[in-house]
Amino acid sequence: MKSLGSIRRSFAPWSDPASKPFISFRNVTKKFGDFVAVDNLSLDIFPREFFALLGASGCGKSTLLRMLAGFEQPTSGEIILDGQSLAGTPPYRRPVNMMFQSYALFPHMTVENNIAFGLKQDGMPKTEIAERVDQMLKLVKLDKFAKRKPHQLSGGQRQRVALARSLAKRPKVLLLDEPLGALDKKLREETQFELMDLQQELGLTFVVVTHDQEEAMTMADRIAVMAHGKVIQVATPPEIYEAPNSRFVADFIGDVNIFDGTVSAAGGGYVELTTDGGLSIRVASPETPSVGAKAGFAVRPEKIRVGNARPACAPLNAAEGVIWDIGYLGDMTVFHVKLKDGRVVKASSLNAVRAVEDPLGYDQEVWIWFDENAGVVLRD
Amino acid sequence: MTKFGSAVFNRLVIIIPYAWLMFFFLIPFFIVFRISLSQTAVAMPPYLPVFDLADGLSGIFSGIREFSIDNYLWLTQDALYINAYGASLWIAGVSTLCTLLIAYPIAYGMAQAPSNLRATLLMLVILPFWTSFLIRVYAWIAILKPEGLLNQFLLGIGVIDQPLIILNTNWAIYIGIVYSYLPFMVLPIYSALEKMDHSLNEAAQDLGCTPISAFWQVTFRLSLPGVIAGCMLVFIPAVGEFVIPDLLGGSETLMIGKTLWNEFNANRDWPVSAAVATILLLILVVPIMFFQQAQAKADGEGR
Repeated sequence: MKSLGSIRRSFAPWSDPASKPFISFRNVTKKFGDFVAVDNLSLDIFPREFFALLGASGCGKSTLLRMLAGFEQPTSGEIILDGQSLAGTPPYRRPVNMMFQSYALFPHMTVENNIAFGLKQDGMPKTEIAERVDQMLKLVKLDKFAKRKPHQLSGGQRQRVALARSLAKRPKVLLLDEPLGALDKKLREETQFELMDLQQELGLTFVVVTHDQEEAMTMADRIAVMAHGKVIQVATPPEIYEAPNSRFVADFIGDVNIFDGTVSAAGGGYVELTTDGGLSIRVASPETPSVGAKAGFAVRPEKIRVGNARPACAPLNAAEGVIWDIGYLGDMTVFHVKLKDGRVVKASSLNAVRAVEDPLGYDQEVWIWFDENAGVVLRD
Repeated sequence: MTKFGSAVFNRLVIIIPYAWLMFFFLIPFFIVFRISLSQTAVAMPPYLPVFDLADGLSGIFSGIREFSIDNYLWLTQDALYINAYGASLWIAGVSTLCTLLIAYPIAYGMAQAPSNLRATLLMLVILPFWTSFLIRVYAWIAILKPEGLLNQFLLGIGVIDQPLIILNTNWAIYIGIVYSYLPFMVLPIYSALEKMDHSLNEAAQDLGCTPISAFWQVTFRLSLPGVIAGCMLVFIPAVGEFVIPDLLGGSETLMIGKTLWNEFNANRDWPVSAAVATILLLILVVPIMFFQQAQAKADGEGR
C-alpha cells in the first residue's frame, strides 16, 4: 500500500490553474432575519480534497455546510457542485451526504437498517443492499454489531455507524459536521487518521466543519479559517500556521506572540520594525510596507529560544528578561519570560534529552532570541 | 439524610403507588367482583349472600358456596349486553381515531412552534379543563340542537336549508367524545414529538427521503409511543363513557356505561351491573396486557 504522503505531497489542485473546482460558493450570503450568518462568501473546493471549515461557534461554518446539504437556502449567491447549480435542489436529490454532529442515528432501527436506509430510498435491489451494507460494516469494522440498536453501542461505534450510513450511498461529497466532537481524546486522534485513510481509499471529497484546530490541521488538505460569516484565509495547514495572513488567523491557530510596532525599513526581502516596547526586529518578508506604517510581528513560541548567554544577533531579534513562569508538559517546556518593558513572551523548547533538572529556573535572568525567518509581518 | 434513612425513604416512595392501587383499585375491584357472583335480593344491600362476622368461618364458607357465575351467563344470553359492548367499542374506536386525526397535527404544530410560544400553546390545550366537564357537554347541546348555534350559522350562510339533526344521534356522541378527550391525545403526542431530535428528520431527507416519507418513516414512527399512550387515554374512558352518550346521544344507541347505570339504578340489580363492570374491565385490560408484552418483547430485540 502506498503511504498517504506520496499521494498528498503532489496533491495541490488549488495551485493549478487548469484544475476545475468541484464545489464553488459564489458570493453566497445567508441571513437569518437581521443576522448575517454567511457574508458574501466565495470559495472553491477541489475534487478529492479533504477540506476543513474552521472557526469558533457562530462563525457561519455550519450554515455553509447546511447550505451545501440543502437544509438552508442561500439568501443570495449560488453554490455549484460538479458544474451544476444546486439552487432549488432539495436535500434528498443532492449527491451529497452528511454525517451529523449528533450522528442522528435512527433509534428504532438496527445498525444494518440504519446503513441500508438511504439505499432503500433509492429502490436498490435487496441483494445489492445487503452486499453494500456488508461492505460498509466491514469498512468501519462493525460487522459484529449489525443487529444492534444505536443505544446498545458506545460513542465511538455510533460515530462509525453514522459514517457508514453517510458513505453507503457513495455520495460525491461527504459533509462532516464536527465528526469527532463527541469522542474522547485518544479515540479522536485514532479516528482522525482513519478518516484520512478512508477518504484516500474512496477518493471522495470531504468537507468537514470543526472548531478544533488540531483536528483540522491533522486531517485537512486545506483549511478555511472563518469568522463572522467570512473566510479569513484559505490555505494548507503549514501555510495557515507559518504564514497567517492576518492577526486573527495568527491568533486563532496555535499559540503566538504578537508585537505591535512601526516599520523602520522595508525592501530587499526584509522588513525592519521597532516594537512599541523598543525591540528592533528584522524579518525575512516579501512584504514592502511603507516606512513609518503600523505593523505587527507574529512569532510562535517554539521559534523563540531561551538561554543564559547573550546571543550573537543581539540587539537585533533579541531581548533580555526574567523567567516568570514555567510549564513543564513532558515533551516540551513552556517558558513565560517577562521582558524589561513588562511584556510577557511565551517561548517553548523541546525536551530533546532527558533532563531531570532544567538549568533555567524561576526568576532567572535570560535572553530570548529568534531567527530572521521565525515570524511574519502582519499588516492589518 | 443518612444512608439508612434514604434507603427507607426510597422504599416508602415505592410503596405509595402500590398502596394507592391496592386501596383504590384492587380492593374495590374485588368487592365488585364478589357482588357479581351474588344473587340479587330484595334486601339491604340488595344481594345475597352477605357475610356477617358473627356467623364465623362456617358462615363464610357456606356463603362462598352460594357464589355462582349465573350473572355472567345471563350477559351472554341477552343480546342487549353484547350489543351495548359492541356499540361502546365501536363508538370509542371511531372517536379515538377521529381524535388522533385532529390531535396529531395540533401536537405537531406545537412541537414545531418557536420554543417561547410552546408554553402558551400547552396552556391553551389544557385551558378547557378550567371549566367543568359537565358544563362543557351541556354547551354542546346548545350548539348542536336543531335551533342551535351550528344550525343557525349553516342556515345563515346558506349551506343548508333544513336544520341538521345532530343532537341525540351518534354524531353528537362522536363530537362530544372527540372534543372532551382531545387534550388527552394532544399531550402525550406533543411530549413525544417535542423531545425528538430534529436532525433525525434531516438525516432521513439527506439520505433520500422526501419530506413526507421522512415524516412517516422517522417522525411518525418515533412518535408512536405517544400516539399509543394518547389512544389508550382516550379509548379506555370512552368505552365506559356515560355522561356524553346520556346527554348528547339518542335512544337508538345503548352504550355500556348507560346499560350499567340502568342495571344499577333503575333495576337495582347490583350483581348484574357488577358483572357488566367486570367484563368491561377484562375487555380493556387483557388486550392492553398482551400489547404491552409484545411491546416489551420488541424493545428487547437484539439485546
